[in-house]
Amino acid sequence: MLSRRGAQRSRLGRKLLWLIYTLYVLAFLLYLYTPLALTSILAFNDRDIPSFPWYGFTTDWFYNPDFGQAGLEETGGAGNIGTGATGGRMGVFNDVKMMNAIKTSFIVAVAVTTLSLLVGTTTAFLFERQRFFADAALYFVMMAPLVIPGVILGVSILSFGNSIILWLRGIFGREAIRPIATLLRPGLFIVVLGQFSWIATLATMVISARLRRFPIVQEEAAMDLGANRFQAIMNVTIPYLTPAFVSAGIVSFLLSFENFGTTLFLIGNDPTLPILFFSRLRFSITPEINAVSVVLMAGTVLFGGIVMGLGQLRGHMSSGG
Amino acid sequence: MKSLHRSGGPRQKSRIPWDLVIPLIPLLLWLFLLLIFPHLRLLMLSLMKRGQKSLAEGGIFLGNYLKPFQDPDHLFIRVFIRTILFSLINTLLTLAVAYPIAFYVAKVVKGMRKFVLLVLIALPYYISELVRVYAWMNILRETGFLNYLLVDVLHVMSQPVEFLYNTASLFVVFVYSSVLLMLMPIYSSLEGLPDEQLQAAQDLGAGPLATFTHIVFPSSLPGVTAGFILVFMMNVGDYLIPNLIGGKNNLWVTEMIYNRFIVSTNWNLGAAYSLVTLVLTTFVVWLGLRLTGQTLRGVFSEQ
Amino acid sequence: MAQEIDVELVHVTKRFGDLTAVNDISFQVPRGSFFSILGPSGCGKTTTLKTIAGFEEPDEGDVYIGGERMNNVPPNHRPVNMVFQQLALFPLMTVFDNVAFGLKMARVPKSERKERVERVLEQVGLKGLGDRKPGQLSGGQQQRVAIARCLVLNPTVLLLDEPLGALDLKLREQMKIQLKQLQHQVGTTFIYITHDQSEALVMSDRVAVMNAGRLLQVGAPDELYTNPQDPFVAAFVGENNDIQGTVTGLHGDHVTLDVGPFQIAAPVHPQMTVGSRFHNFIRPEKMVLLPPDTGRTEPTNQVPGLIQDVIFDGAVARAIVELTGGQQVMVLVTRTSDAPLPVRGEAVRVAWEPRDAHCFPLE
Repeated sequence: MLSRRGAQRSRLGRKLLWLIYTLYVLAFLLYLYTPLALTSILAFNDRDIPSFPWYGFTTDWFYNPDFGQAGLEETGGAGNIGTGATGGRMGVFNDVKMMNAIKTSFIVAVAVTTLSLLVGTTTAFLFERQRFFADAALYFVMMAPLVIPGVILGVSILSFGNSIILWLRGIFGREAIRPIATLLRPGLFIVVLGQFSWIATLATMVISARLRRFPIVQEEAAMDLGANRFQAIMNVTIPYLTPAFVSAGIVSFLLSFENFGTTLFLIGNDPTLPILFFSRLRFSITPEINAVSVVLMAGTVLFGGIVMGLGQLRGHMSSGG
Repeated sequence: MKSLHRSGGPRQKSRIPWDLVIPLIPLLLWLFLLLIFPHLRLLMLSLMKRGQKSLAEGGIFLGNYLKPFQDPDHLFIRVFIRTILFSLINTLLTLAVAYPIAFYVAKVVKGMRKFVLLVLIALPYYISELVRVYAWMNILRETGFLNYLLVDVLHVMSQPVEFLYNTASLFVVFVYSSVLLMLMPIYSSLEGLPDEQLQAAQDLGAGPLATFTHIVFPSSLPGVTAGFILVFMMNVGDYLIPNLIGGKNNLWVTEMIYNRFIVSTNWNLGAAYSLVTLVLTTFVVWLGLRLTGQTLRGVFSEQ
Repeated sequence: MAQEIDVELVHVTKRFGDLTAVNDISFQVPRGSFFSILGPSGCGKTTTLKTIAGFEEPDEGDVYIGGERMNNVPPNHRPVNMVFQQLALFPLMTVFDNVAFGLKMARVPKSERKERVERVLEQVGLKGLGDRKPGQLSGGQQQRVAIARCLVLNPTVLLLDEPLGALDLKLREQMKIQLKQLQHQVGTTFIYITHDQSEALVMSDRVAVMNAGRLLQVGAPDELYTNPQDPFVAAFVGENNDIQGTVTGLHGDHVTLDVGPFQIAAPVHPQMTVGSRFHNFIRPEKMVLLPPDTGRTEPTNQVPGLIQDVIFDGAVARAIVELTGGQQVMVLVTRTSDAPLPVRGEAVRVAWEPRDAHCFPLE
């Protein structure tokens, strides 16, 4: 064995390589979490500018109970940097605009989720169960949003909405179409449509994946026992799809809630949270931004945890039987 | 078809195939009103002069596509090339960062530790991209954590430096925000590779490197392709990172599109920019799928 | 014995946490032999094999291959190759590339590689299938690719980890014969792991029986069958009846064993004292059925019983007999010309010679 000595030496080298490898994985986790951890720490820093060093713990940037009283008297409140005077501090839950933006995002996300689940379900049934004229072409178009940058989806819908307004105006006149024009101009209605245009694709994919695994013989059994087609689907198929509805729903909600690219082009006067967040960032960075980040992180990690937990559960269920 | 033996019963079945029509209506509305027509409108806009009402009125105008070449500074062309080049470089960087991690999770750790590691890696990606990018600004800003560390704690530097708005920070944050899109598909294709294959290769005389090049990498290729497509697309289409981290020196196509549509309104030019970008990303995706014989659905369900 | 030894394990022990998977095992595998390690699942046989292949390092003891100590030599530097239980063929490579893989790793020139691969493919009967992918082959063909992939490297020893486990019964029977013939033909030492005693007995020159991490007996199949040295071997290798009893009398060339409802004569075991409890194993073919009222005194042990069931199997039949007191034994009935088969419920006497039995201490 010529190579034996060499092999034994390389064994030691390999131990070292393994050590480096493990350290790399740890460094990667550090890379993932350091920015988030630092932001979270800053959100509780008792200092009026969002920077280190640590000045002490406060929850003012989430909610300042004194806001509005002391703050009104100290009109030029910018001077109290680092003094510990809390009167002028605006926490996330003191910030009316921020709360409105959260509300707006929530409404948009609920609308997009509802629409995406409904259309995702019907579309999943359509493509999984039916063969029809041009089905392959329509399927291709349905998948297209996966390769269209969100920004471009945004501008295309913006221009199309505008062109409809122009077209209708040419026929009916400016006044007659005002209600429709308001809907098609940048605003929440068109934001919902814009987000729906690609989130529905993902919802369809999640639901289709589960529908494909559904043993259709169960539906046939239900019909054999006297149910009609609709009853069979409602009583047997839909319950089977529930886990897919939950994960598609949560994913849709999160994607809508935090969407930026598409929304940027379609938003009107009521900003969603990401849009407001972005415009604040460009204006000036305040500790409140850190607190909003923490609120967002907490919310999404909670949702994300549920999705992953469901995935795990599904894995167990499918491996168990 | 499955229910023919029932439909022949006493109740006459209606002629309209409701189970086809009912789901078809929302699908057609969605695809035509939100995808097909808007993109056709974009195409029309790009083929018209500014202010032109319709194609019929003024004919086809190619000026919007020619303008980038006529511009003295070739701004769009430069930005376009930068976007593609940086996206490609970043995709390769992301691959280099993600691959060892994907292998570690798929093949090195087992059981509970694997599960915990997977959750730890995936969890940050449920957080909004905006928050994750902002978190990096907290580190890289002139008043950020890195300067605090270097100036006030370690005293390595005497003056704070702006770490934002340069190409290096752009890549650090791009990799950060896209690494999971690369990691997950590679992880799932490595997960499907039985350990015995690695042992068999070793048993037949292959060292770690040969095992990697002959067995591990070829079987992870579908995952690598999927990751490549996902990350490249995400990077080309991104707005936040070039805008917030890259700064003015790293202008991106998405920023040019935004500027044409929202800032200095010239929708016709913006439409041309959009379509060129769209054609590019579609081409790259098509090429990736063609070269590796995969389907779009396969790529996305790997996520 | 001037026979050369290819593989030798000396006092090898391997632990996983609290579990001792392999407990102080020593054996030698002569060059060119077909050597099987037989035992139930979880007995440590796979760990033993992986220790030889180099995927596991022994905690104690030494592994020698071709006279060289192999401890701490990684698998890719050992002159042994392994056929994996799940075969582990590389699905993305053609059959040819699978077989050529090891040669490529050893940097064998391309022309020689081609020649050697084609020779070995012919040897295993896969000539002309080199361009296929493993997924396009049948189970038996995949099996042979896995073997060819190893044989092409001319290993000192070929290790096979239950490679027939994944095949269906009929194919398994064919492959048993083919493997044995292949081993004869190539002359390479085979170490074969199995839990199926018929595989071990049919193919092997020597068999090592393992249980609970220990090596119990090594010998030729015939030796294990006719002269087991351990109660586990007696019970595991072939069919056997175990009649347990207490020694009540020592008579020089035999002992008396009190089974409870009846007494029998049994062969002497060195550890026997009056009052000690013993297994008494007797093979089904060593027992005969006699009419209940016979006056014969041969064979010596005669126990009355009732036929419970008769399992007919062509040339032979197995009679399940309930002895007085309730214990059931199996008796092999060879079909001679006109003798009728026993029928259920028939009263019989089960008889055997004490010297045909094997006794081992209980516990």
